Amino acid sequence: MKKISNYIWDYRFSYLGAVLSLLIAVTLDMAAPRLTARVVDDVIVGGKTGELKYLLLGFLGVGLGRCIFQYVKEYTFDKNGARISGDMRRDLFRHIQSLSADFFDRTNTGELMARVKEDIDHIWDAVGYVGMLLIEVFYHTGIILVCMCMINRKLAMLSAAAMLLCGTVAVMMERKLGAVYEAISEENAVLNTVAEENLGGVRTVKAFAREAFEIDKFLSHNKRYYDLNMAQSKVFVRYYPVFTVISKVLPLLTLLVGGRFVIGGEMTLGEMTAFVEYSMNIVWPMEMLGWLTNSFSSAVASNRKIRKIYEETPTVTEVTNPVKLQDVRGKVCFDHVSFHKADQHEILRDITFTVEAGKTLGIMGTTGAGKTSIIQLLQRMYDATGGAIYLDDVDIRSLTLEQLRTSVSFVMQDVFLFSDTIGDNIKLGKKRYLDFKTVRKASTDAQASGFIERMEKQYDTVIGERGVGLSGGQKQRISIARALSKKNPILVLDDSTSALDTETEQTIQQTLAKLESTTKIIIGHRISAVRGADEILVLADGAIAERGTHEELLRKRGLYYETYQSQYGELSEAGAAAHMDGPGGEAQGKQVRERGGETDVLQFI
Amino acid sequence: MSFNSYKDDEQSTKRSKIQTLKRLLDYLFVYKWQIVFVLAIMGYGVAVSLVNPLIMESAIDDYIGQNDFRGLYRLLGIALAVNLALVATVKLRMYIMAKVCNRILLTIRQELYTHIQKLDFAFFDSRPTGKILSRIIGDINSLKDVLSNCVTTLVPDGLTVIAVIVIMVCKNPALAFASLLTLPFMAAATFYIEYKAHPRWQSFRKKSANLNAFIHEDMAGIRIIQSFHAEKETENTFDELLQEHRNAFFDAVRMSDSFGSVIDLSWGLGCIFLYFTGIVVLGVDAVSLGTFIAFGTYLNMFWQPIHNISNFYNQLVTNIAGAERIFEILDTEPSIADGAAAKPMPEIAGEVVFDHVDFSYDDKVKVLDDVSFSIRSGETIALVGPTGAGKTTIVNLISRFYDATGGAVRIDGQDVREVTLNSLRGQMGIMTQDNFLFSGTIRENIRYGRLDATDEEIEAAARAVNAHDFIMKLEKGYETVLSERGGGLSVGQKQLLAFARTMVSDPKILILDEATSSIDTKTELLVQEGIEHLLAGRTSFVIAHRLSTIRKADRIFVVDDGKILEEGSADELMEKKGIYYQLYMAQFKAC
Repeated sequence: MKKISNYIWDYRFSYLGAVLSLLIAVTLDMAAPRLTARVVDDVIVGGKTGELKYLLLGFLGVGLGRCIFQYVKEYTFDKNGARISGDMRRDLFRHIQSLSADFFDRTNTGELMARVKEDIDHIWDAVGYVGMLLIEVFYHTGIILVCMCMINRKLAMLSAAAMLLCGTVAVMMERKLGAVYEAISEENAVLNTVAEENLGGVRTVKAFAREAFEIDKFLSHNKRYYDLNMAQSKVFVRYYPVFTVISKVLPLLTLLVGGRFVIGGEMTLGEMTAFVEYSMNIVWPMEMLGWLTNSFSSAVASNRKIRKIYEETPTVTEVTNPVKLQDVRGKVCFDHVSFHKADQHEILRDITFTVEAGKTLGIMGTTGAGKTSIIQLLQRMYDATGGAIYLDDVDIRSLTLEQLRTSVSFVMQDVFLFSDTIGDNIKLGKKRYLDFKTVRKASTDAQASGFIERMEKQYDTVIGERGVGLSGGQKQRISIARALSKKNPILVLDDSTSALDTETEQTIQQTLAKLESTTKIIIGHRISAVRGADEILVLADGAIAERGTHEELLRKRGLYYETYQSQYGELSEAGAAAHMDGPGGEAQGKQVRERGGETDVLQFI
Repeated sequence: MSFNSYKDDEQSTKRSKIQTLKRLLDYLFVYKWQIVFVLAIMGYGVAVSLVNPLIMESAIDDYIGQNDFRGLYRLLGIALAVNLALVATVKLRMYIMAKVCNRILLTIRQELYTHIQKLDFAFFDSRPTGKILSRIIGDINSLKDVLSNCVTTLVPDGLTVIAVIVIMVCKNPALAFASLLTLPFMAAATFYIEYKAHPRWQSFRKKSANLNAFIHEDMAGIRIIQSFHAEKETENTFDELLQEHRNAFFDAVRMSDSFGSVIDLSWGLGCIFLYFTGIVVLGVDAVSLGTFIAFGTYLNMFWQPIHNISNFYNQLVTNIAGAERIFEILDTEPSIADGAAAKPMPEIAGEVVFDHVDFSYDDKVKVLDDVSFSIRSGETIALVGPTGAGKTTIVNLISRFYDATGGAVRIDGQDVREVTLNSLRGQMGIMTQDNFLFSGTIRENIRYGRLDATDEEIEAAARAVNAHDFIMKLEKGYETVLSERGGGLSVGQKQLLAFARTMVSDPKILILDEATSSIDTKTELLVQEGIEHLLAGRTSFVIAHRLSTIRKADRIFVVDDGKILEEGSADELMEKKGIYYQLYMAQFKAC
């Protein structure tokens, strides 16, 4: 993790300018009492009225100077705060994106949002106006002390002691507040998560009429948030009055002691007036120190939370000298692969298969049998815990993640679309490189161009988050188009046509069949989805239970056959012989394929 | 419906700032007694700070000047006592204010959240979740300081300013006039800056929401992003959004920061006018030294609160945009809500009637066109037809997720619009394709269907839908903690859990919209058998593409173009050789 000080260093010149402006502004501020003293001592008491116009010009100069330098100072600090927080956000975002799937499995979106948003906002304040005011406070008090010393050293000691006391209290308060702020930051993340889930699951909430339950759930966290904020206030209230006491008592004490000095002849009345004015001028920095410490503690606590995320490292990493394949053909080979997630039972056991480039593999299996895990391993979302996976005979762990992942287009079962235009959703990953023609072709192949082009803005239509506003089938077709547009050597469809009617599904399958050089892995529950594959694996409990072609598996009369029976039982009785095997079945298949273009009656959108 | 993406700014309704402020003050008004107390305490504080210069003046003119030690001690002793008493009250004041402000934030946040629960789908669908979230969290937090400063800055500083003016005028009207000459200039400049800055802060809030929306979507969709190796691309988009966010801030703060400059300049001019008037116009001897010094002090005392007030005003301008965004949601009326005369739905027997129902989302395209049917209690109805035919819309109208634009939907003879939503939906089991699981244990997730379900009932439901086996295979069984959206489970497993959740709710009407699409056929059969006896005699609606799923339905409705084209049992429809027959044959040919 890059330290905050390094982020600040990046803007050192800008900060330098800002601090210089600050110094000038504060110095001008200091000059004001001097001017007043001169007016009193020289003009009023001394009667040198001639000097007045210079002194008045002095006031104008100070006013103007402050006007300019204050502005430069404030704006620059604000600007730097925004830049640094922006840089930190950018880096944190990149870091989070580089983490592996296991991190996202156990971390809620709401929490990550809170880190990237609210926690960095706190740091923004600290490197912006809070930092500025802190510097100002220190410089201000420092310079006042010097001025005081110049007038009367003994009297100045009084103020110095007071400031020291303030500083000590501030440090003590920071320690106490830090713990509370960390808890607040944590609860803020929880609040975010609860609300985020509620909004995401709004359909479920409403379907079960659970609004009241949700409101109560939120209330309990909202109350906890309140309690923590009150705890923070209590700490603050305990310490803060110390600053007030000191700031109120100091001028009075100064007046008392100073008065004695004047009477004793150690200093002039004008000097003492200036002195008292100085001592009143350090009142606000002292009170301010309390507030600043408060904000600062919050930033420190947030920074600790952010650091925790930086401590996470990607579990899937690249080797130092990765192999670069010149041309990926798309041969996939699983060699005795097994997989389990940390402290969980085995998800995959001894999976071995080879798909030659351009061939098709079908995967079926019961719910939770591990079908999707195979693909996740192939893309190295997780690393296999046993065995090895090869792409074109190279162990995928020795390839770059980029080459591996851009070799495989994966249509996920859980379709995820962004609240963006349809076109950009399809282009995902290659927004800059894909032209409209490719997008359109992919959409046509995925049977999506029909409904897209019927929309008013076509490919520029903005869709809702997760594709709200589209039907399940439409979402699936867009995500198929997304995969097709990449023209990667390997195409994986994970139960991607479940929401499509049979006609559309078939048409898509025919298109896929034409992609001769593309290796296809098709996971499905419908026999129709996998029957054309060169090899079909039937998974049960993480292991391969049956394998073979459609015909071989039917003959086996095992799991595959059972599935077939329950989906097409009645039909197969009616016309079994016709398509079980033999040239008749072939012919019928072809017939359907040829009819493909004309089935518009049923080409439902 | 138009959708707002993370890239586009939200449209905001125009409302007056005074109104927004008034509404905020209404929240404060609830705590009027606490605030009166705080103000009384602060009144004391203001009085003390006003007296302090007088003490100073007296100390210099009466005692130090006269070499009167004892008098000086006496005077300062009193001053010390008065000031220490003040500190004690400061503590009390801060505590009360912290409590009031945090309470108000708690209230507003809860109110907002409660209101959001009432809103209809159109609200949720039309904008990214992250943008709604940024209102619940960020925008409300931004009000914290504004609220407390309303009381602790505006009132006491306002009073101080008035008091200082009064004292100055009493002491010497001419000097007072001279000192305050710059006030109108300052006021004008302040309003001008506000006028310019407000829309910029509004824009900044929107950019902030965009950023939030993008972070949310990116984190939620991280799997697809990594799968397509789109990290670089999302990073670029994020950078662009950051840039916009940053620039919006620069624009706004560039304006707001000039508040300080205006004050500094006014101060400088004020000093010139004061001394010029005092010395040149009135003459040196006309004004005593003590008075002059006191005047100088008052002038400082005048500028400090003015500075505070304009800072507050600045803060108000900065943050009122957040309040506006909150009130905007609170003012959004849900289109689906309980009518004034809505009564609870009695226990549902299960008779469902569509009486010439029309429906359209946008008043242009008719999604349902004059649909009429009548379903007897206990019937199982399957809806088949192409994507977008209107099947989901039909079931959405039964559970009143939307209201029919024409005709009526009646359950047991009762128009669904005349009963409370809670009593209606509470008796239905609705399963959609999008089965949301919450972070929490599996048990908690199933219990979501019926909050008072016993562990046995939960298990029974899980067994019925064939989920029990896989749950038991997990190390912690029903106590396994799922991350959000059921992370860690396969899509099929999630569907089974959602199914169990629906089962446990003991629905009087069951609606299954592609509820088993991600479950393998074998498991699906087991599920069907399992729920059959649980739901004996209940009305149910099933939408599915896999025809094997719906074969057992009592009646099948073939829906297309918002109309029911065919209806009858599977056998009847096969004989008819119509659309259903064609659909059936298509699946047959596919295999």
